[in-house]
Amino acid sequence: MSNGILVVCEHENGTPKKTAYELLSKARELSASLGGDVSALLIGASTTEMLGEYGAATVYTVEGADFDAGGPGAWVSAMSAAIAAANPAVVLGSTSDRTRAAFPRLAARIGAGMASDCTELFVDGGAIVARRPMYAGKASAEVRFSSDVALVTARPNSFPGATASGSAVGSTPLDAQLSDLDAAVKIVGLEEPKSAVVDLAEASRIVSGGRPVDSAENFDALIRPLAAAMGATAGASRAAVDSGFAPHSEQVGQTGKVVNPSLYIACAISGAIQHLAGMRTSRVIVAINKNPDAPIFEHATYGIVGDIFEVVPALADEARKQGISA
Amino acid sequence: MKVGVCIKRVPGSDSRISVTDAESGPDLSGVGWEVNPYDSFAIEAAIQLQEASIASDVVVFSVCGADGDAKIRDALAMGKKGQSGASKAVRLDDPAFEGSDSLGIARILAAAMSKEGVDIVLAGRQSIDGDSSQVPAMMAEILGWPSVCEVTDLEVSPGKVKAWRQVGGGKREVVELPTPCVITTDKGLNTPRYPTLPGIMMAKRKPIEVLDAAALGLDPGSVGAAAAHVSIGNWSPPPERPPGRMLEGDTASVVSELITLLRDEAKVL
Repeated sequence: MSNGILVVCEHENGTPKKTAYELLSKARELSASLGGDVSALLIGASTTEMLGEYGAATVYTVEGADFDAGGPGAWVSAMSAAIAAANPAVVLGSTSDRTRAAFPRLAARIGAGMASDCTELFVDGGAIVARRPMYAGKASAEVRFSSDVALVTARPNSFPGATASGSAVGSTPLDAQLSDLDAAVKIVGLEEPKSAVVDLAEASRIVSGGRPVDSAENFDALIRPLAAAMGATAGASRAAVDSGFAPHSEQVGQTGKVVNPSLYIACAISGAIQHLAGMRTSRVIVAINKNPDAPIFEHATYGIVGDIFEVVPALADEARKQGISA
Repeated sequence: MKVGVCIKRVPGSDSRISVTDAESGPDLSGVGWEVNPYDSFAIEAAIQLQEASIASDVVVFSVCGADGDAKIRDALAMGKKGQSGASKAVRLDDPAFEGSDSLGIARILAAAMSKEGVDIVLAGRQSIDGDSSQVPAMMAEILGWPSVCEVTDLEVSPGKVKAWRQVGGGKREVVELPTPCVITTDKGLNTPRYPTLPGIMMAKRKPIEVLDAAALGLDPGSVGAAAAHVSIGNWSPPPERPPGRMLEGDTASVVSELITLLRDEAKVL
């Protein structure tokens, strides 16, 4: 009988990401009514201590040359080994480029139901239930599972306030072998960006600019400095990206990134339905726009009617003056 | 090399979606349909491979009813008259497919790819209705093929694919994989062309084959609602946001007030 929750933890150069702690903390809360233990899986790292403090009773690790780069086959193979060891009822990961590549393959391999990019998780009748947005957040619905194992990915920042209350645990290494199929995708390079940035999908503060920013130079002179002053990551509307002011990797919205920060500052973004789709779950939304009738104001927590060329530099100065930190 | 492209018709990205009944889900009767925008990148990529003489044939696949034919024709209309574009489409249509979850849809598509003998499958990274991002990778696993997701640059040579994909923090991962394989396409890969009038005329004469479970050799019990591992219900519209506050005054005072509110009231700084 499957039982408990296995959390697949992501890491950056061996250090577990914030999402790992969020998910472990949530798993610990769910396991109180779901039953069973919380276990964790680290692929290509063995920094396990903190994972224990946030709720994992066991931390499985899979390491080795085949696993450290984190290709989809390596992940499927490592997750299969961890499922065999822990026999969980739920496998929980964070929505990311890794999980989108690997979780569906795992679901097909083991014949399990899967719910992607969930924003709420709860237990009903002894079983896990997930709520997930669909139609780019214009609607959401509950997903229930009839398979022995439920595979779930959760949108980053959905479960804030992770707390440590357990104790450090050591690593339980697992022996996983790659099949020819799982070894078929080779990661042959990693191209670094010009400057290191926090992943938009995981950012807790975002400053975004729209088409009225008017040029890439203005984007660099207005939006990026405000982002830096607020300890935030820069984002852009589709119109700004299509006009060449910012790269596609910074686009927020329906054909860009779905973000879920605690603070989203929209500068000269009117609030087209496709943009709202990407950021509507942000906890606090600030809108700065010249047009008092812009639809973004209907969604804003705080609104300022004004010219971004005046308000944005003033806001950046004020943030620096008040010593806002990340 | 034969390239298969999976497409889905979805409500246009500017559609208003209203949830009137928690169990039946959104009312889609009034929406305008379009080819899923991420699938358009897949069609364009396939046509570019054909124009570069790497793909010998392009076939479009869709799991839908006859009401999906109009959007299938839109996909068939892309390309240059007499030179490029999909040669035909395959509509996968059977009452037994109703209520399939992602894994069921992946089984249907995988069976169709095997039957048609394709070497590379291109599909959008996600459909903008269900937003699950599951079917293509599941299809690859069922076929026993490797897959690469969310590709923004692509080089295809005989037997081999090199692909670039965005990963966290603005980095791009470079991967190589053999064919046959499944590739999902992301924005940035290309700019899909608009169908030309000759292309639209030509698309009307291209065949749309219809295959059911029996034609695919699929056990009807392996697809449809009865085989689904997930069920979806209790739909709701997005939560209402509490009304916001407009800050008024000169620039110096509103920016100072905003920082104070963000720090002391909203507690996000």
